[in-house]
Amino acid sequence: MSWEAVIGLETHAQLSTRSKIFSGASTGFGAAPNSHASPVDIALPGVLPSLNKGAVERAIRFGLAVGGTINRRSVFARKNYFYPDLPKGYQISQYEIPVVQGGAISILSPARGEVSVRLTRAHLEEDAGKSLHEDFRGKTGIDLNRAGTPLLEIVSEPDMRSAEEAVAYAKTLHGLVRWIGICDGNMQEGSFRCDANVSVRRSGEATLGTRCEIKNVNSFRFLQHAIEFEIRRQIELIEDGGRVEQQTRLYDAERNETRAMRTKEDAQDYRYFPDPDLPPLAIDEAWIARVRAQLPELPQAKRDRYVSECTLTPADAMSLTALSSLADVFEATMRAGVEPKLAANWVLGEFSAAVNKAEIDPAAAPVSGADLGALLARVQDGTISGKIAKDVFEAMWSGEGSPDAIVEKRGLKQISDAGALEKIVAEVLATNAAAIAEYKSGKEKALNALVGKVMAATKGKANPAQVNAILRRKLT
Amino acid sequence: MITGSVVELGAALRSRRVSSVELTAALLDRIDAVNPKLNAFLARDRERSLAEAKAADALLGAGRATPLTGIPVAHKDVLMTAGWATTCGSRMLENFVAPYSAFVVERIAAAGMVLTGKTNMDEFAMGSSSETSYFGPVRSPWNVDCVPGGSSGGSAAAVAARLVPAATGTDTGGSIRQPAALSGVCGLKPTYGVCSRYGLIAFASSLDTPGPLARTAEDCALLLNAMAGHDPRDSTSLDRPSEDYTRLLASGAGAKPLAGLRIGLPKEYFGAGVDAEVGEAVHAAVRELVALGAKPLEVTLPDVELAVPVYYVLAPAEASSNLARFDGVRYGHRAAEYDDLNDMYEKTRAEGFGAEVKRRILVGTYVLSHGYYDAYYLKAQQLRRLIAEDFRRAYRDCDVIVGPTAPSAAFKIGAKSDDPVAMYLNDIFTVAGNLTGAPAISIPCGFDRNGLPIGLQIQGEAFSESVILNVAHRYQQATDWHRREPADLAMETSA
Repeated sequence: MSWEAVIGLETHAQLSTRSKIFSGASTGFGAAPNSHASPVDIALPGVLPSLNKGAVERAIRFGLAVGGTINRRSVFARKNYFYPDLPKGYQISQYEIPVVQGGAISILSPARGEVSVRLTRAHLEEDAGKSLHEDFRGKTGIDLNRAGTPLLEIVSEPDMRSAEEAVAYAKTLHGLVRWIGICDGNMQEGSFRCDANVSVRRSGEATLGTRCEIKNVNSFRFLQHAIEFEIRRQIELIEDGGRVEQQTRLYDAERNETRAMRTKEDAQDYRYFPDPDLPPLAIDEAWIARVRAQLPELPQAKRDRYVSECTLTPADAMSLTALSSLADVFEATMRAGVEPKLAANWVLGEFSAAVNKAEIDPAAAPVSGADLGALLARVQDGTISGKIAKDVFEAMWSGEGSPDAIVEKRGLKQISDAGALEKIVAEVLATNAAAIAEYKSGKEKALNALVGKVMAATKGKANPAQVNAILRRKLT
Repeated sequence: MITGSVVELGAALRSRRVSSVELTAALLDRIDAVNPKLNAFLARDRERSLAEAKAADALLGAGRATPLTGIPVAHKDVLMTAGWATTCGSRMLENFVAPYSAFVVERIAAAGMVLTGKTNMDEFAMGSSSETSYFGPVRSPWNVDCVPGGSSGGSAAAVAARLVPAATGTDTGGSIRQPAALSGVCGLKPTYGVCSRYGLIAFASSLDTPGPLARTAEDCALLLNAMAGHDPRDSTSLDRPSEDYTRLLASGAGAKPLAGLRIGLPKEYFGAGVDAEVGEAVHAAVRELVALGAKPLEVTLPDVELAVPVYYVLAPAEASSNLARFDGVRYGHRAAEYDDLNDMYEKTRAEGFGAEVKRRILVGTYVLSHGYYDAYYLKAQQLRRLIAEDFRRAYRDCDVIVGPTAPSAAFKIGAKSDDPVAMYLNDIFTVAGNLTGAPAISIPCGFDRNGLPIGLQIQGEAFSESVILNVAHRYQQATDWHRREPADLAMETSA
């Protein structure tokens, strides 16, 4: 009996406004507790929310980027519940009419190829504060710095069928929100958080199984593990004759398991109603047009272009568009006249490795796309080999200058002079009778050994294609 | 002289016949003498008040005075007032000192008025008698066994007893107009959004409206000039060109100053349930308005009978959410002992809130609950629109709507305490104004056989403050009900 998992994600993306969604307090991370809490964030008596237009603008940007509908009129609602880090006793959110409805995100599934994950909605809301249970000897501390931080809650349809797809979706979404500059994507600081709704059903069944919501997943790896665990748990439960109960479950990364937090029975009645302090949010065509005009080329458009015009694989196109700054490097490299495939290999290979090692953004790398292009142009025109280029790249990275200067200074120019190469090949052949015999007896591999000897003799500077040709000619 | 109106005192101050310090000191003495009988004032701070008066005198001396500079005022204790205890009449905020000032408090201070203290009120502005205050009931200066009306009863009693020439109030279902009527003073509820709610401790956000109480319509207009204005901190505050609300009052009177004015008399406002003496006084006032040139006509507001039930769904719903912040976590009362978080919430709120507040929180929580929302909250919102539609239709035929402010004069303290519905019916003529957001004023128009004041309500369309103030002003020029004073409690004290 085979099983199918059905997964939907709810993602909270912290919007990158400098001030909070309903107050002028800073959204800066890591400040002393309660130093970024204004009277509005503390919910002093008599204070009122006033909406930060920057948060709305970011929501519009997102809606346009995913092809959703921007509601011309959306409504803020109060979600009522008591908790010490929720100062007003209610969270201002959007309930019946969110700012964005619909839209889709295209992901690359390991099993199914390109899959379009539909979005249900995206709505604006404020974050709560933090309860600090340590350091207060039996008491709980409250830090309201985060209270009122703008969030965009992005809800997907249950369109994913595996943990890998859920992670692919989360990563693609993560890349998109950074790409369009609405969220810094910092998962350690909680700027991008995912809850997963997971259910299972027997393959071929049309109705959905009972779902569980997994909270508190703050990395892609944990997301994968948590969903994998949950799928296994549900399948085993059903196969053992049990029934999945609708629950909210917490992921425990240390034990790699999910644990029941609350069941449907003790689900709270949030008593949602339209917030009388905030008039309906009106967004006019002019505002949408302004935001649309400022949108950069979107990752999906670039991907399509990379595959169709540059004949890259969808996987490479996806990797190159993980970050807009990486795509910028790739495009700058190509502008230097480098073949797309060569450029992609280098940007995703040497360049990405160096950037990751240095833990910097591609835009801040000491080797720019134009620099990389200049280097690869020398590979393309045969001045240096690909192998030598790696050494030159390293030298460029440590600031030794332009590729041409390094090649010149270090004497790395490829030896393509036929006369010189013939001479070296002759020397190698003179001292490698055994290899020659092997090659002549039909062992093609022996030729590689001979090429290697020539390369070693020239310290890698010989043009490998030329060496190959000369050897074949001499050995027939 | 110190018991003069805002206009009279302003003239005296600007001509330097009296200084603000002298005036303020005299009124503070008067408050000290009378307040034990009325319980109209809560926090007072003589030193601070006199310092403000001194600053006002400097402005007056420098010729930089507004019409309000140096004039004493009092603020309803629902308004956050920086550095002042601001209790909202509740044990929940018994020792709470406001760290910032409400918009209207700032504006009144900026106009140069001198704050003499905070006035008592129904707890969290929930009530029509000013009896539910944790700090004890307010008493009417007309009869200390009677209520002054509520919830702005402290402000109304203070103005009626000539302790201050003017005070602020807030009106959610009639809380300025009804105490004005029962206390024999003027009370104006402006159009919703004209005065910012920032710093008004929220009861029902879609209905709460700050406004002035004073002895004359003209004084109310002067106060409104200071209180009105756009405030970006309140998203429901309206950004409109500023307006001089006294502008119609100054023009030449003539014999028929209200010629051409059509006054609508809703038949629903003159039927059963209205005390006979109140009805007579209001009819007499209508005759006076007709004598001034106005043309009466009957109008109908078929759905207005639903205003009270609609109000008692919507206001508690909003209140149940607005009052959630009083949880004992960050400020205000917290139970001394508790077992865990829920116990802390329960004990804190059980101890901190009085019975009427709890009743409304429970009602509000109920009507917003899953399964009841559509039947109550949503239905009430639909009816709210129907009621607004009634008024729109009526205003096709008339310019203002006139009727009683409250169905009866003041009642005895305790008389309705055990009957919430009887208490709620006090607001039967005032709540519609909050549901529609339109302005209305209550002015004195007579007395019943017990010598208790009767109020006339003049309602108008949104932003018609100047019109209704003018009608009230012309009426007051022709009558003297607003000049009647209760027996001076200060004199009784010294006798």
